[in-house]
Amino acid sequence: MRDASAPDLVQVDGLKMYFPVYSGVLRRHSGDIKAVDDVSFTIRAGETLGLVGESGCGKSTLGRAMLRLYDPTAGRVVIDGEDIARLSPEALRKKRPTMQMVFQDPQASLNPRMSLSSIIGEPLVEHTALTTAQRQDRIYELMDQVGLNRRFANRFPHEFSGGQRQRIGIARALALNPKFIVCDEPIAALDVSIQAQVVNLLEDLQDKLGLTYLFISHDLSMVRHIADRVAVMYLGRIVELSPRDDLYARPLHPYAEALLSAVNEPNPERARTRSRILLKGDLPSPANPPKGCNFCTRCPKVFDRCLTEKPALVQVEPGRKVACHLFQTLKPTAGSTGGFHTQDDFQQGVTL
Amino acid sequence: MADEAAPVLDVRGLTTVFHTRQGEIHAVNAVSFALKRGEVLGVVGESGSGKSVTMMSLVGLLPTPPAEVRAGQVMLGTRDLLQMSAKDLSDVRGAKVGFVFQDPMTSLNPVFTVENQICEPLTRHMGLSKAQARARSVELLELVGIPDAAKRVKYYPHQFSGGMRQRVMIAIALACEPDLLIADEPTTALDVTIQAQIIELMKDLQKKLGMAIIWITHDMGVIAGIADRVMVMYGGQVVEHAPVDQIFHSPQHPYTRALLRTIPTITGKREARLSVIEGQPPIMAQAPKACPFGARCAHHFARCDAENPQRRPLDCLPLGQGHDVACHWSAEVGYA
Ligand SMILES: Nc1ncnc2c1ncn2[C@@H]1O[C@H](COP(=O)(O)OP(=O)(O)OP(=O)(O)O)[C@@H](O)[C@H]1O
Ligand SMILES: Nc1ncnc2c1ncn2[C@@H]1O[C@H](COP(=O)(O)OP(=O)(O)OP(=O)(O)O)[C@@H](O)[C@H]1O
Ligand SMILES: [Mg+2]
Ligand SMILES: [Mg+2]
Repeated sequence: MRDASAPDLVQVDGLKMYFPVYSGVLRRHSGDIKAVDDVSFTIRAGETLGLVGESGCGKSTLGRAMLRLYDPTAGRVVIDGEDIARLSPEALRKKRPTMQMVFQDPQASLNPRMSLSSIIGEPLVEHTALTTAQRQDRIYELMDQVGLNRRFANRFPHEFSGGQRQRIGIARALALNPKFIVCDEPIAALDVSIQAQVVNLLEDLQDKLGLTYLFISHDLSMVRHIADRVAVMYLGRIVELSPRDDLYARPLHPYAEALLSAVNEPNPERARTRSRILLKGDLPSPANPPKGCNFCTRCPKVFDRCLTEKPALVQVEPGRKVACHLFQTLKPTAGSTGGFHTQDDFQQGVTL
Repeated sequence: MADEAAPVLDVRGLTTVFHTRQGEIHAVNAVSFALKRGEVLGVVGESGSGKSVTMMSLVGLLPTPPAEVRAGQVMLGTRDLLQMSAKDLSDVRGAKVGFVFQDPMTSLNPVFTVENQICEPLTRHMGLSKAQARARSVELLELVGIPDAAKRVKYYPHQFSGGMRQRVMIAIALACEPDLLIADEPTTALDVTIQAQIIELMKDLQKKLGMAIIWITHDMGVIAGIADRVMVMYGGQVVEHAPVDQIFHSPQHPYTRALLRTIPTITGKREARLSVIEGQPPIMAQAPKACPFGARCAHHFARCDAENPQRRPLDCLPLGQGHDVACHWSAEVGYA
């Protein structure tokens, strides 16, 4: 862990992001896709929080709502002391430089008709008063930082490899000295040998610039490498939030357990002897989640209470939070976390 | 099958070139491998190393031009697929060889129900009546673990989730109980939990039906779980080929080593920093005259530029049955 005593840079509290569903000839509002449904957590300054979970569980939506690329349905997102969810458009524009996003598909997120230096320079034009010469210096500085040769400044995106394109995306995200970066599957589109280069780069930049990351990924081995703590999401809700080593050594939530048991380890003997928890069925629709625990339709340990009551995300061990009735008899350890944590421990409990 | 030891598939010297406006691309260079009944061959390698093009060349799935299968022999049982007419080849594809593509949407027809698409090969190749084929298509969907199969068989592809579509593809590929199943990254687009379901399913079916499987993937974890033997490709060539345990425990090609070093694990020691393979893969504008990995190789020496290394067995087994590697450094020095 980088610094357990560092202050929280990001505080998310009761965040909901619903997408309305309209149906019938009159296009009446007939329901909501609950992509993110009452999520609370914090990220310390300089920390990397990993976010994992099945496709469609709401990871990207959460990341986007946190940066207010969507207008959240409810909840607070405090970044560096200001509630993003409630800022006026003008205040939000001023705030933008501190928070950035790196996207999954570097190809799709770079304008093919812009040269590398205009792609990296664009946010500088929009948000700073730098002269042309100062801007060029900053562009070169950023290219150096992410390991792009200065000679490439006038090339276009299609002339780069996947790993190089992802570096361009990172340089652009760094242009305005952000404090917080949401990395949404930044390595998923890359070859294995290039993934390692990009992850090393993200770590170097964090050490040098003190960045705080939300690292969204399918790849549980890579998350183990990069994250300090990990949030496991299922159908719009966080089911477990634990320090990295605790989670990988002993996942508590049955979904986290199934997820980790399904990871394919590059080791033939282990593959032959280990036992996998195979989940039955598919993810339920987020427009029509189960009445009780969202995982109850697939959980191998389901019991009566799970079918009727949504479990709250509560602290069950120091630093570990789980939303599961199996653990709810344990009382949260009082006073072991800051005021904010204690408050959100009970946040979901009230909605029973 | 009479002779258990005879290969189901025997590929020799397969060479495929693309003709482009910028000149030729030598995508596949003299690739050889064989599979026995019930065997699973894992194929790994850098993006662009020729894995997909190799497999599409085998069964005539590449458009020619721009592609040209320039040399080689592909024996399926006693027949050379490269010498067959287009019509015979399309029958082989439906009946003897099943293909699962990486993206199921490109190979499922959006305007037909899933039932239609599974019944077609059954009536065409297996001589089933329409009613028999319909009953069988429900069984097949059940076999690949689709709940409520009798109802869902009437669905169109877009009505299934990604994981279910992938399973529908597998059901179609298995419909005629092929001798050989070629699966090109069948699970990369899926989540680990669904991936696990599909891998267990394939292992199960492979045991039941005794088919041979070629499984292409980037995921060394999947390889460890499913393959009997592994073929490592780089720059359009086979650079190493070995039983699965040997690939993981004593990899001999510097590329295989580097590849295994770059992947983090969930149980091993957590490294402070990931190791990387510096440099870029080759362009392949001509038939290779030097080792394709030379420019990125830590053990590179003069001979690597002068001569493309040939595959060389490391044991006394015939090439392709034991452990072999194409590397000058490994031939002259080698890992201790
Ligand atoms: N703009 C939108 N309008 C309506 N529904 C949406 C929208 N964006 C996302 N959704 C739905 O919200 C849910 C969560 O989607 P999201 O993209 O956040 O998932 P994810 O966890 O990022 O998945 P993946 O791992 O596949 O990227 C999905 O059911 C998705 O269909
Ligand atoms: N239609 C085409 N025209 C020209 N070159 C092609 C064509 N199709 C493939 N190639 C080239 O052939 C080479 C091998 O491609 P192939 O698709 O077999 O790679 P792969 O190993 O399957 O990679 P991946 O892991 O990314 O799927 C690549 O260099 C590719 O650019
Ligand atoms: Mg996403
Ligand atoms: Mg391919």
